[in-house]
Amino acid sequence: MTLHLENPAAASAAQITTAPAATRRRPSARIGLWLTALPLILVLGWALFPGLFTTADPIAGVGAEKFLAPSAQHWFGTDHLGRDIYARVVHGTSQTLLTAGLAVLIGLVAGTIIGLIAATAGRAADAVTMRLVDVLLAVPGFLISLIVVTAFQPGPISLGVGVGIASIASFARVVRSEVLRVRNLDFVEAAFLSGGTYGSVVLRHILPNATGPVLSLLAVDLGAAILAISGLGFLGFGAPPPTPEWGLLISEGRQYLGSAWWMTSLPGLVIVAAVVLLAGFGRQLLKIFRF
Amino acid sequence: MGRYVAQRIGQALLVIWLAYTVIFLAVQLLPSDPVTIFLSTDSAVDQATIDNMKRQYGYDQPLLVQYFAQLGGLLTGDVGYSLASGEPVALRIGGVIGSTMALALSAFATAVVLALAVVVAATLTRSAVLRKVVLNLPPLFAAVPVIWLGLVLLELLSIRWGVMSLFPDGSFLSLAVPVFVLGVHVSAPIAQVLLKSIDTVYSQPFIDVLRAKGASASWIFFRHALKNAGGPAMTITGITVGTLLAGSVITETVFARSGLGAVVLQAVTTQDVPLVQGLVLLTASVFVAVNLVVDLLYPLLDPRILKSNGQGSPRVLAV
Repeated sequence: MTLHLENPAAASAAQITTAPAATRRRPSARIGLWLTALPLILVLGWALFPGLFTTADPIAGVGAEKFLAPSAQHWFGTDHLGRDIYARVVHGTSQTLLTAGLAVLIGLVAGTIIGLIAATAGRAADAVTMRLVDVLLAVPGFLISLIVVTAFQPGPISLGVGVGIASIASFARVVRSEVLRVRNLDFVEAAFLSGGTYGSVVLRHILPNATGPVLSLLAVDLGAAILAISGLGFLGFGAPPPTPEWGLLISEGRQYLGSAWWMTSLPGLVIVAAVVLLAGFGRQLLKIFRF
Repeated sequence: MGRYVAQRIGQALLVIWLAYTVIFLAVQLLPSDPVTIFLSTDSAVDQATIDNMKRQYGYDQPLLVQYFAQLGGLLTGDVGYSLASGEPVALRIGGVIGSTMALALSAFATAVVLALAVVVAATLTRSAVLRKVVLNLPPLFAAVPVIWLGLVLLELLSIRWGVMSLFPDGSFLSLAVPVFVLGVHVSAPIAQVLLKSIDTVYSQPFIDVLRAKGASASWIFFRHALKNAGGPAMTITGITVGTLLAGSVITETVFARSGLGAVVLQAVTTQDVPLVQGLVLLTASVFVAVNLVVDLLYPLLDPRILKSNGQGSPRVLAV
């Protein structure tokens, strides 16, 4: 979690403590980045090429292999239909990442546009857009998702859109504060003085220099979206049952809590690991990009 | 001071009014009107029934009339009627809000205690290992899905060890476990912000002065650092209201507790738009009210805010 204090006294004090240049050059920051990035690349591999990581069928079960405890053959055990749970986790990755990715994409694009307008288009625009962001913040993201799911049938797309709308506010605030910071730097003024138009300066100078914290938020928010989607999927608003999806795997295991603990515990651990890694990755990115 | 209070209250009312307006507009953007959506699952309904129901609920009126009628109703505490049960939405929500509030408030208290424990341990311990472990707790807490922690505890406590019943029976554990699960979830952002602002406070010169005067580590922490770091933590506390409410809904479902969660689920699965609208307005109002209280208490903790008034609110931007 990143924190920007708008209280000027506190903000300057925070800048003194972060010791920016030293951190950026410290090799341990790069090592930390790779330590979190490598497992995430594995997860990305699960999403893109699930067949490389498991040969078991995620949809069709083997009748004779119901409720098998985790073993060398079935790492995460099997479920009530004799399906390999590890295979279902691997094959469910793409569904989960696609829904979460859609959410983050919506948050990023809409948030960037709103944040840019707020920071560059004058005080009136700033006041209006920031009040709208306040409204978005005032309605819990969970309920925004529920509104979208109520209005359009429950399913992965409406779920992703709902979670995405809910994440617009945090992107808008980060983009706004970053753009405000960059806009007052000398080189931006120089770009304007040497004849740059509003559009060209924003696109070529302000936006590229404001990306660090936004990228970091992107990673953290992807984790948050995975959590939100698994929660809503548990309530039954996500992908329909035969599809493997991380949140759905946990809720399917709910009925068999007594007989097969592995059905909920192990897919849940994968979610925990993924979200922790994404948050860590985001923190490392922020360390590297801090000016 | 008077100006600050008036400004905050005005802003809070503005946000609630905006929230109402945005929700109203969002409902207009739906593919069709709430009644048609509600009845769409039932194929045996003819147009006359739909028109009749639309008239009863006022959805046949011009938009402006609907807007102001609903806004007027809002001011008198009438938030419309549920399409599924015909009950007033306010009654439907009011009937279950007590149990959810009890869960949310106890979970919040647990979260604050947990966050404080993390911060105290991280700041006052001399063991670098313990400090490192404790510092990694909040990100871990933030990553644990409420459903998962709830189900794992349910499996261990009621099925494996049999010390807790599967369904709420009023016993201590059947109350404490959901509170703990939700508390862990909510403690993460509070602890993270508190840790960060404690760090900021410790880098300020007055801490060095205190040290030079010979104050002990715990004296500095409890008498000086904690108070100075409290502001941002209080602000983030206001922002966690949404997390708390959303978490309550999921916790209630996991532990089969009655409350707002059941109403939310029913409202969404039956596509009962007025009920969802009421729920959203309610949570938005609770959120705004809590944050108003936080904003009003803030100057008591940090009077500098009043001086820099107009420059910005004591808001923290949490990501």
